[in-house]
Amino acid sequence: MARYISGRIAGLVLILFMVCLFTYLIFFELSPDPALMICGKTCTPDRVDQIRSSLGLDKPFLVQFWDFISGLFVGRDYGSGANLVHCGAPCLGYSFQTSQPVWQMVTERLPVTATVAVGAAVLWLLLGIAAGLISAVKEGSWWDRTMMGLALGGASIPNYVLALALQYILVVKLQILPFPSAVSFFDDPVMWFESYLMPWIVLATGYACLYARLTRANVIDTLAENFMRTARSKGLPPALTMRRHALRPALTPVTTIFGMDFAALLGGALITETVFGLNGVGKMAADSIAKNDQPVIMAVTLLAAFFVVVGNLVVDLVYTWLDPRVRIR
Amino acid sequence: MTTAAATSRDAQADPSAGAPGAPATAGRRITGVLLHDRAAVLSAGFIALMVLMALCAPLISALTGHGPTAFDTSAINVDNGGLPKGSLGGISAEHLLGVEPLNGRDLLARVAYGARVSFLIAAAATVLTTLLGVVFGMLAGFYGGWVDQIVSRVMDFLMAFPALIFMIAILSSLPAGNRSLLLVVVISGFGWPYLARVVRGQTLTLVNRDFVEAARASGASTRALVFKEILPNLRSSLIVMTTLAVPGYIGTEAGLSFLGVGVSPPTPSWGQMISSSVSWYAVDPMYFAVPGVLLFLTVLSLTVLGDRVRAATDAGEAA
Repeated sequence: MARYISGRIAGLVLILFMVCLFTYLIFFELSPDPALMICGKTCTPDRVDQIRSSLGLDKPFLVQFWDFISGLFVGRDYGSGANLVHCGAPCLGYSFQTSQPVWQMVTERLPVTATVAVGAAVLWLLLGIAAGLISAVKEGSWWDRTMMGLALGGASIPNYVLALALQYILVVKLQILPFPSAVSFFDDPVMWFESYLMPWIVLATGYACLYARLTRANVIDTLAENFMRTARSKGLPPALTMRRHALRPALTPVTTIFGMDFAALLGGALITETVFGLNGVGKMAADSIAKNDQPVIMAVTLLAAFFVVVGNLVVDLVYTWLDPRVRIR
Repeated sequence: MTTAAATSRDAQADPSAGAPGAPATAGRRITGVLLHDRAAVLSAGFIALMVLMALCAPLISALTGHGPTAFDTSAINVDNGGLPKGSLGGISAEHLLGVEPLNGRDLLARVAYGARVSFLIAAAATVLTTLLGVVFGMLAGFYGGWVDQIVSRVMDFLMAFPALIFMIAILSSLPAGNRSLLLVVVISGFGWPYLARVVRGQTLTLVNRDFVEAARASGASTRALVFKEILPNLRSSLIVMTTLAVPGYIGTEAGLSFLGVGVSPPTPSWGQMISSSVSWYAVDPMYFAVPGVLLFLTVLSLTVLGDRVRAATDAGEAA
């Protein structure tokens, strides 16, 4: 087991390194010169060179890349002499737009994204699994057909279309919810709930529909297994066979997919945050891309990739624990 | 879209498809099942209508006399902040689906031309993704060993990428050339591993099946093994995966255009129209509703059709 985990972690580090390299290559080599953008219209060649050297952009590519990587672990210094600025580990550099340390920008915005992601996850797990379970038990019934029809419909609405439609109906027409904003839970819990409700619904809808279909299919498959027939023929009550025997094998695949979906969300619920103007990591990603703010783009891509690969590892470990058939010795 | 075309062609070639006694090949049997499925027929009908609208976009423009980028200031109310004249976003005999606020461009013409862009990109992305997925998936599954190692690691790497963030980032950093082509390349570049993973798995099991062994023993070339023995057996799962992927690509294209990195104005695309309607949705909801509802219905129809094709294929394999 220890060998398996250390192998996986080595693979994880390698993938993150590749993501870093690839992102760095694209954004620092292919896109327009950031020094020119920072310098603005009234710019002398000397000033451009000065900015380049203070950002370390005049060095060869591999040296720049090495500086970036080592900055992550031990910190790095920008500029020289009196202008020397130390950026402590983990150093992701400074935003070209706001001159804030990128690490600070990320940590400030992560709570908003986490709130959106966790709330949506709770909503879609509850709704999706409940709807899928009931549909599976009542397979072929009126409820089953309605639910599965709804699930297909819900999975087909692009989330920005849903976001705008909800906003029009609930905020503009009926006026029962405020425009979403990142209210802190501790300032005003009611307002907090009302503000985040729409982002949660928008983000959860697509996933809830997928999970309902997935849960239904898995439970139906499990109910047809031999061990279920044995349990039933022993005379166990249906509710007990369901709880004791069917749920665990049926929901294990759902856990796997949930881990990966949730990890992907932490990298920024980009569209949802952008549409509702919530200042989370996703919106920061969209803004930084629009303004070609390379250090921030690097940070967001890395963060998102980090959550995805770590999420995958956690999922695999949880899977071996949940499902003894794939347990590794 | 591909499947819709294939379905209708099959139906024309053999009107008695599904009739008892006919030698039922897999394709004909599935077509027969789908033709008796009301949801599948409705979805296919709606998709056909949308494709027809996209194909006939110049005709629609000629008939109504409004091009997709032609301004019509007579249809908007300049005194009222440029809102369309009349109710429901300016729907009238002149403008059947209303007009855009501010410049009075005809929504029907824009939606029709937008469908061309969206469908073309989705279709091209589907073809490219399938091609890449099949080639790399089969390479990995057929040869195994270090080829498999390399392909699998590249797939892991691509799947670890935050695809949406990266698509946006790449599209915005590259110079504005042929946006549609770039969209196709980027969507396929991040999309093929999901197909290749399945193809690889199936090829792995097929390679060790008896009929492949027999063909190999009787001296069949590698080419014959790949094209005569393995590829035909992948067909049904490829059809299903492709049909289910098309709505995803339409959604992705619309999403990227919505975020402002897709097709550049004045060329219309559905996502871009929705994006520009954001600032108007409170005062002119129809501007948002027209492309939004069409996008939703198209994705829904494609999803339903894909779902039904899968159900029909699964039932066939079980039988």
